[in-house]
Amino acid sequence: MDGMREHEQHDHIDGQHDRNEPAGDAKPHESPMDLATVRAKLQSKTGKQYWRTLEELAGDPQFAELLHREFPRQAPSEWDDSVDRRDFLKLMAASLAFAGLSGCGRTPEQYVVPYVKQPEGMVLGKPQFYATVMPFGADAIGLLVESHEGRPTKIEGNPDHPSSLGATNVFAQASVLNLYDPDRAQTVSKFGEIQTWSLFVDNAQAIAAEMKVARAGFRILTGIVTSPALAAQIQSLLTLFPQAKWHQWEPAVGDGTREGAKLAFGSYLNTVYRPEKADVILSLDSDFLGSGPGHIRYAREFSRRRKLNGPNDTMNRLYVVEPTPSVTGATADHRLPLRASEVELFARALAARLGLGGSAAIPPDAEKWLDAVAKDLQEHKGASLVVAGEPQPAEVHALAHAINATLGNVGTTLYYTEPVEAHPANHLESLRELCTDIDAGRVETLLILGGNPVYNAPHDFDFASKIKFDEKKNRKPVKNTIHVSSHFDETSELCDWHVAESHYLETWGDARAFDGTLGVIQPLIAPLYHTHSAREALAAFGDKPGVSDYEVLRDRLKAAYPSADFEKFWRKSLNDGVVAGSAFPPVNAALKFNVSSLAAAKTTPADDIEFLFRPDPCVYDGRFANNGWLQELPKPVTKLTWDNAALISPKTAEKLQLAHNVAWRGGEHGKIYSNVIDIALSNSKVTAAAWRLPGQADGVVVLPLGYGRKKAGYTGTNKGFNAYAVRTSDALWTAAAPSSAIKKTGDDYPLACTQYHFSMEGRQILATGTLEDYRKNPNFANEHAEAPPKELSLYKGEAEFPYDRDKWAMAIDLNKCNGCNACVVACQSENNIPVVGKDQVMRGREMHWIRIDRYYEKAKSATNDPSSYDESLFNPPTFFQPVPCQQCENAPCEQVCPVGATAHSAEGLNDMTYNRCIGTRYCSNNCPYKVRRFNFLRFQDWETPQLKLLRNPEVTVRSRGVMEKCTYCVQRINNARIESEKLNAPIRDGAIVTACQQACPTEAIIFGNANDQESRVAKLKAQQRNYSLLGELNSRPRTTYLAAVRNPNPELESA
Amino acid sequence: MLHRSHIYGVMGEFGTPEELIHAVEKVREAGYRRLDAYAPFPVEGLSQALGLKRNLVPAITLLGGLAGGLGGFSFQYWAAAITYPMNIGGRPLNSWPAFIPVTFELTILGASLAAVFGMLALNGLPQPHHPVFNVHRFSHASSDRFFVCIESRDPKFDLADTARFLESLHAHHVSEVSDD
Amino acid sequence: MSAGQPPFDAPEIRRLTPVIGPGHTYGSVTDKISAIVLTRPTSLGWFVGFSIAFSLMGLMTVAIGWLVIKGVGIWGINIPIGWGFAIVNFVWWIGIGHAGTLISAILFLLNQKWRTSINRFAEAMTLFAVACAGIFPLIHTGRPWMAFYMFPYPSTMGLWPQFRSPLIWDVFAVSTYGTVSLMFWFVGLIPDLATLRDRSVRKPLKIIYGMLSMGWRGSARHWHRYQSAYLLLAGLATPLVLSVHSVISFDFSIAIVPGWHTTIFPPYFVAGAIYSGFAMVLTIAIPLRKAYGLEDFITMRHLDNMAKVMLATGLIVAYGYFFEFFLSLYSGNKFDVFLVQQRLHGPYAPFYYALILCNILTPQLLWSFKMRHNVVILFIMSIVVNIGMWLERFVIVVISLTRDFVPSAWGRYSPTFWDWATFIGTIGMFVTLLFLFVRVLPAISIAEMRELVAETSEDDK
Repeated sequence: MDGMREHEQHDHIDGQHDRNEPAGDAKPHESPMDLATVRAKLQSKTGKQYWRTLEELAGDPQFAELLHREFPRQAPSEWDDSVDRRDFLKLMAASLAFAGLSGCGRTPEQYVVPYVKQPEGMVLGKPQFYATVMPFGADAIGLLVESHEGRPTKIEGNPDHPSSLGATNVFAQASVLNLYDPDRAQTVSKFGEIQTWSLFVDNAQAIAAEMKVARAGFRILTGIVTSPALAAQIQSLLTLFPQAKWHQWEPAVGDGTREGAKLAFGSYLNTVYRPEKADVILSLDSDFLGSGPGHIRYAREFSRRRKLNGPNDTMNRLYVVEPTPSVTGATADHRLPLRASEVELFARALAARLGLGGSAAIPPDAEKWLDAVAKDLQEHKGASLVVAGEPQPAEVHALAHAINATLGNVGTTLYYTEPVEAHPANHLESLRELCTDIDAGRVETLLILGGNPVYNAPHDFDFASKIKFDEKKNRKPVKNTIHVSSHFDETSELCDWHVAESHYLETWGDARAFDGTLGVIQPLIAPLYHTHSAREALAAFGDKPGVSDYEVLRDRLKAAYPSADFEKFWRKSLNDGVVAGSAFPPVNAALKFNVSSLAAAKTTPADDIEFLFRPDPCVYDGRFANNGWLQELPKPVTKLTWDNAALISPKTAEKLQLAHNVAWRGGEHGKIYSNVIDIALSNSKVTAAAWRLPGQADGVVVLPLGYGRKKAGYTGTNKGFNAYAVRTSDALWTAAAPSSAIKKTGDDYPLACTQYHFSMEGRQILATGTLEDYRKNPNFANEHAEAPPKELSLYKGEAEFPYDRDKWAMAIDLNKCNGCNACVVACQSENNIPVVGKDQVMRGREMHWIRIDRYYEKAKSATNDPSSYDESLFNPPTFFQPVPCQQCENAPCEQVCPVGATAHSAEGLNDMTYNRCIGTRYCSNNCPYKVRRFNFLRFQDWETPQLKLLRNPEVTVRSRGVMEKCTYCVQRINNARIESEKLNAPIRDGAIVTACQQACPTEAIIFGNANDQESRVAKLKAQQRNYSLLGELNSRPRTTYLAAVRNPNPELESA
Repeated sequence: MLHRSHIYGVMGEFGTPEELIHAVEKVREAGYRRLDAYAPFPVEGLSQALGLKRNLVPAITLLGGLAGGLGGFSFQYWAAAITYPMNIGGRPLNSWPAFIPVTFELTILGASLAAVFGMLALNGLPQPHHPVFNVHRFSHASSDRFFVCIESRDPKFDLADTARFLESLHAHHVSEVSDD
Repeated sequence: MSAGQPPFDAPEIRRLTPVIGPGHTYGSVTDKISAIVLTRPTSLGWFVGFSIAFSLMGLMTVAIGWLVIKGVGIWGINIPIGWGFAIVNFVWWIGIGHAGTLISAILFLLNQKWRTSINRFAEAMTLFAVACAGIFPLIHTGRPWMAFYMFPYPSTMGLWPQFRSPLIWDVFAVSTYGTVSLMFWFVGLIPDLATLRDRSVRKPLKIIYGMLSMGWRGSARHWHRYQSAYLLLAGLATPLVLSVHSVISFDFSIAIVPGWHTTIFPPYFVAGAIYSGFAMVLTIAIPLRKAYGLEDFITMRHLDNMAKVMLATGLIVAYGYFFEFFLSLYSGNKFDVFLVQQRLHGPYAPFYYALILCNILTPQLLWSFKMRHNVVILFIMSIVVNIGMWLERFVIVVISLTRDFVPSAWGRYSPTFWDWATFIGTIGMFVTLLFLFVRVLPAISIAEMRELVAETSEDDK
């Protein structure tokens, strides 16, 4: 793979040599086009020519304008209805396909994969991998992107990048779908009318000239910026227009982190954790394993300390205090549900207990817990770690810093660096300032880079009114508003200009990771449409509008990293995806903070309800709302898809008489009706479906952000409810209100839940135990379910199939899996798995080849669902179990297939022959694991051309009426086999990495050859923790599990 | 004596099965051998009266059954174990117990087809036309009348004598059956 | 009590209730039965009934058409419940299809005279039921146009069906059963077709019936071979009819799904099949004898016997239910034990109780002579048993699938409009075929009735 990445550089070198055009060039046509001219153009053209002409036309902004005039309803700005969209796309189909393949939509300034001459090492049909990074909040995830003939099709982690270490998360995996999202904005537009880029540049220059005179009123609004190049561009504008201001608003990232550091150290600092070095970890409402900067790396480091090779190995211990269950909480050895406000009290109490002064009263049942934690932390000075959560206020972060300091963890389990953000600031205040300035009429021109403030700004700011035409005053509050974003969304609608933003896979750029490491954003494909990077849009206002991202990036790197041979350095950086040695060094931060000086904590009255605003685990702050993969991805704990819901603890729900009803169609594996409630907060109201969530702290209602989009595109519009509508600046993360704020409407709302049933019914499904049990009885996982002896076989004495060459097998370590879902999306992306939509999910027909089952151990309830309340639902131990096809050697599915469409390969793979399958579904009935998926209808979208570009050419696109399931990524196995046969060497362990394994941050999934005793998988299977799911059925699965082992604190256990 | 080729035979009509059997016995006592009886339903004892031997239908049926059974099993064995062997859920290629049901069904199918088509073939059916249909009253043979027909092929056959002989058996009607 | 029946409380009549009304001659039975087809004018009732049934059949064709256009997703099935109405109906219809051949074959071998007047339309019913059943395995596949893969034909790929799969066993069992039943029925028809040929006055009818009767002339030599062939067919059909539902039950007992994987299934399915089969024969016989005044041929004796067979098979089925329970609990297999709890307390428990009511409790009324001889009650009860047997298949097929091994995959099933449309549509098709049958073919075997007349007259002597 490195090889390919090597070759890839040459392409770029070649690229520059024959670079001849200035950036962003699209020759504007003088005369506007009309249908007649189009016909004229098309006449006398046939076959290829015809298409090429059509393609030229489509690639031609004037034609786009014509389209807009001819089919106003189908203008990109109004793609709400699927049918319209389809029609429009059919018209564009051929051209877009070509555009995708060769990037002809508009001649790019650099050739990413030029086919003019066959690039070195480029073999058609053989994927290439390019390194790049995906900027995300205050982090950037290093990626290797698989490219087929110039089409990026699959995201993989970059092992050389610190925030990835080879793994990814759901957002990175799904981001490739955003690239091909048919609903993306495709051109520059003004008031929804398509414009050309050059017109925009002229306009920007005009505005700039104006401002040079007026010398005021230029404002830039961005999210968190970790790109030095972009930051530099902004700075250059700020110097050009001294009165200009740079505002920032990142709705789903709390100011607590930044302000906490400021409070503790007097200046903004970045904290980098080293969970690997910690024996005892306390999370104060922090989901550091599941979200936030560096979480992929943290999960990896954490899981390394959960690794068990034998009974004598040790494990770290994780305590989590949190109001609502997160994947981190589910992984914890001890979890204490507390209300968000109580978390701060807990932090203060802990600080007091550790002799940092101050004091706080915490719930009595928490006291005992606190004692144990404090003791454990003190016993592990220097090897402990306290992590504060992003939604928590500055005080909690400051306390965490103080506690870590006293425990002597600084420098060992965590260290501080200068901020990763180019321009750290208090986002809330920054946005507030912008709004007040607009009200005061101090803003002439507002340039919004990315983000969607109209949708996600605190609703008391009423951001829409700040840019909308003011009927009363009969003028616009801001003279010029420009929005740069990938989709024409709620904000774009209200801005004069909208610049379609390029996807990160289409642009050059850079971004810093959580530890400051600089990664190079390298385009995998020329922009599919007339899109531009945020930096280009900014540059349009500057003195050098023409300069390309590519040049800017190279110039910056030249300046920042002077080296003898820049080209060499450049190649290496491109190849590695990271700029070597660019990570920030640790700074020693002196604590300028005294706990006792803290103001009294803000508490919530005991019988008030706390409303928490949290980013959604699937659509985050709403930016992924139009991503079908993420919409259909079951949320880690609730297993809900396509909707968000107001999460309420069963007890509180009981008080409020909120219930669920399992629907008859789909049932527990699909459709749940839940009561609809009105939530009145800070003189605003939102209507949501209530969801009982075991493990949630009582008196807490979580309102996940990111849903209820009004203008997200075909997939994302009007899904769920918009929690931003009740989110105000004074209660950004936690709002308190009496329970009367919640009113039952009396309606029910159907929610698509892929796993409602949470009990294992006393079966040996997910083997769990404590470290103690494990040491006492290392074989505990196999006690209840042994495979029956072979003599019992009807065919005993018959020769068995040998599988003597390779014997593929998988081991899944339940001790490591934290249910993050990365594998699910990775599988969906790798195997062309269709999105079926909410209705089909509700009928129990989702198509994921690997699912993650969630079980609550010890949780009881009469109906096995949270609707019948039971104390045991208060804080049930939660476990996750990824379930792909178990690839049974005695496959029950194969025996019953009447046509032999599913049969065993020589290596023991349970193969599906799609075109032999007639769809009797008998195999699925007879599959004890229910991992088979059936195309009940034609689920694949065969019209939308962009989605054709997305597909993995190595995997069959299944049609209606056939069964499908996990294949162990047989295409990857075969690639490896071909390689090995070329070298005439056996396939080495690790040469085959399945998509799920590749994505897994915790290395919970290991695939390999069970015949090779040295392979990792063979070693894992040799462990006593290793057990077969439902082994007593004698299906002899190739996929086996390693029992989950928790490491509880004996003191707390005894209770 | 002359052999009248355009005459198929002479037919006597009777009212009840008993009369029929009695008549048939008499005719055979009289030495006639080429004769047949017609009844609207299988009359008990008629076969014996006519001196019919055991027929071939059972033998044919047995062959059909054997063919179906053996062919069925060997085909499955050939398909599963020889021509296209596949590893189906770790089961042996020759999972003979799983082949039994089909073998059984094919045995029955073979036997039944043989029985029916064997019976039809031996009876020379379908045979749309037959001289006896020339006799107007023969249409009652399929409802409530019973017939005996002595064929002209019989060496003892003589139109006049035979007809008289039948009348002597109290046949309700006696009619000659023309051959065309 | 239906009209025209003598009071049945008198003991001597009990004994002497004949299988054929008094005073019938060869001629009279011939006239009476053939008249229904040949001379009797088609009644308005026939047209009304036929058109209703036919429109339901139309509904079925629409439902199937939509299915082919959209896919099986229009049904209520999902993962984990991969089989829904389609398979339930398939098993139900096949079960109904058992009485005909059973009556013809087994009762023939046992030389039961009373079978004579009911076997003809019972066999017809079998054929029609099998036809209805045959539709489902075909259309329930995801790609019906590929269903021919299930047949052993020399494909270019050199592929053959996978003979370990019970579905392939089904293909052979059902097609064999269909073929043999058809031959059995047709062989029985030949003499009657000859009768119709000879008695029909209109030329076209003469030609048609002539062709069908293949020139049958009632020759003693023909009868000789005919009888042995018929006897052999009966002998072959008997094990066949028992095997067919056993094979159908393998679909379930070979699988590992709790509630399917049990050894009791073959006998218990066969009993159930006969049970539902006789119920359906009653459901048809009772209106038929009324409508065409065949009380002399289908006498109370027949109804009484069929009711007794229903009672007996019903008890076997009840035993099956009990034993299924017992085995589950006795085995101690946690999945089976759980299944029992599910049947009793699970979300679908009402269906199970309804099934017990229909199949076990209600038929106990048949112990009473009065009940057995009350035509209305019998008719209602036959319907109840049909419903009960359908429920049984629903409980076995669907409910077992809703909650099997891995709790995370548990789901539920409920039929859609199209499920119902297809089901009701096949009922329409079944009735349509019956209407056509009674119109164009003798619903009672004339030849065998003549035999019966002969024998009874001997008895009288």
